[in-house]
Amino acid sequence: MTQHRVLLAALLTACATGTVWAQKSTAEGIAEYRAMLADGNPSDLFEAKGEGLWQQKRGPKNASLEQCDLGKGPGVVKGAFVELPRYFADTQRVQDMESRLLTCMETLQGFNAAEIARTPFGRAEQVNMTALAAYVSAGSRGMKFNLPNNTVQEKTMYEVGKRIFFARSGTHDFSCASCHAEDNKRIRLQDLPNLTKNPGAGNGFGAWPAYRVSNGQMWGMQLRLNDCYRQQRFPYPLFGSDATIALGLYLGVNGKGGESIAPAIKR
Amino acid sequence: MGDPMRIRAQAAGSNATVRVLMAHEMETGQRKDAAGKTIPAWHITDVSATHNGKPVLSAEWGPAVAKNPFLQFTVKGAKAGDKIAVSWKDNKGDTRTDEATVT
Amino acid sequence: MPTRRKALQHSATVASLLAVTGLFPGIALAFNAKAFEAKNLGDALKALGAGAPVESKDVTVTGPDIAENGAVVPLGASTTLAGVKQLLILVEKNPNALVAMFNVTDSVDANIATRAKMGQSSDVYAVAVLADGRSLFARKEVKVTLGGCGG
Repeated sequence: MTQHRVLLAALLTACATGTVWAQKSTAEGIAEYRAMLADGNPSDLFEAKGEGLWQQKRGPKNASLEQCDLGKGPGVVKGAFVELPRYFADTQRVQDMESRLLTCMETLQGFNAAEIARTPFGRAEQVNMTALAAYVSAGSRGMKFNLPNNTVQEKTMYEVGKRIFFARSGTHDFSCASCHAEDNKRIRLQDLPNLTKNPGAGNGFGAWPAYRVSNGQMWGMQLRLNDCYRQQRFPYPLFGSDATIALGLYLGVNGKGGESIAPAIKR
Repeated sequence: MGDPMRIRAQAAGSNATVRVLMAHEMETGQRKDAAGKTIPAWHITDVSATHNGKPVLSAEWGPAVAKNPFLQFTVKGAKAGDKIAVSWKDNKGDTRTDEATVT
Repeated sequence: MPTRRKALQHSATVASLLAVTGLFPGIALAFNAKAFEAKNLGDALKALGAGAPVESKDVTVTGPDIAENGAVVPLGASTTLAGVKQLLILVEKNPNALVAMFNVTDSVDANIATRAKMGQSSDVYAVAVLADGRSLFARKEVKVTLGGCGG
């Protein structure tokens, strides 16, 4: 009888330590898996396609995007991504990368921006938008986030972004903060970055656009935020809306000094 | 003609490590769409590689190879300036060939 | 150290996987579409015969211990042996076990890596088929898990 008790105790101890051990090596195992995927990122395919689209004459005006001003002057791609979202005098708006690309597609190439904004992700011109986003973000690979955030419009949008981030709403009373305002949180095996400050903000913001292996899709920040809205049971946010831009600005400013790894590869 | 591949060929000692990213859906034929209809299989079936025109590797692939497939192999006796060409053919008869220079 | 019983089980599994795919050691190797369509591994058990694939330390299967997502799992097959004709990658629990088959020439290293879809946690096999018809394999367990809801 005592023998059984001892055996049982030993077994339980073994199981307990076994669980702890398994958890530790699971995190390491996943890190190893991610490292294996890093070389050979299908984002490269989208980046290459985006580069072609940037140079190609398209649209009713049969023009390329090579004069597009992403904030650092017409045609300057290098370093543009890590300074977005920012204020643009010509549109009098704070814009993120994708809404700015949309502006250029309309003004330079003659595309109908409202129609593209209404187009679901993964269809028609949205496919090209994603490729362009991958290309533009690649132009800042390895650079540090340095959003100017020095105009009254940007500072206002930052505050708007912060309010939206913490506002609980929808059927489940969720907010971005429900998942992303504390350290060391996770959903199942996914670590949730704390987006209110670095390193989480820089890591989180600098990881999109990214290729998601789970669905083989390339996602820009607009789609990433759109899906966050869906997960929180919020209404569908309009593409390039002030709400999504404000959130992007909030993340980008919080992530100042963080390194951009976009276009990245994700689960 | 399929979408372009990305081929990187790097000299390493007397060999060249070749890394290829192909753009292809690699649909298994197991999935069903929203209406319940099976999405037909659409995937690369044959792959081949040449070094300065000489065949060095061929492969047959099933639908279980991942979408936007990655392939890595090492060509012996390849040096900077040599040409590596990779081709694929899928079950619909579509093909693609791309070439890279060893750096 | 696998027991003799486990070693035999693995050999049997590999033999059955290969038999179903149409490749059987000792018989002329000619791959076709049928090889990749084989769905039922169990049916192949009766095809076991002479020349069953042997586990070998000279063959290596590379892959992660745990894959965050089964849609993309890096897998590799390699061997240090000479006279390799083919390298195969198989995932036991996939609907179709054979993932890819590479015809290796003398101009390339017998070391190929690709990425596979895995439906669930499963044993993964790398098989090297030699010019003399022998087939040798290595086995590794790859766990597949779904991550969470985001990034």
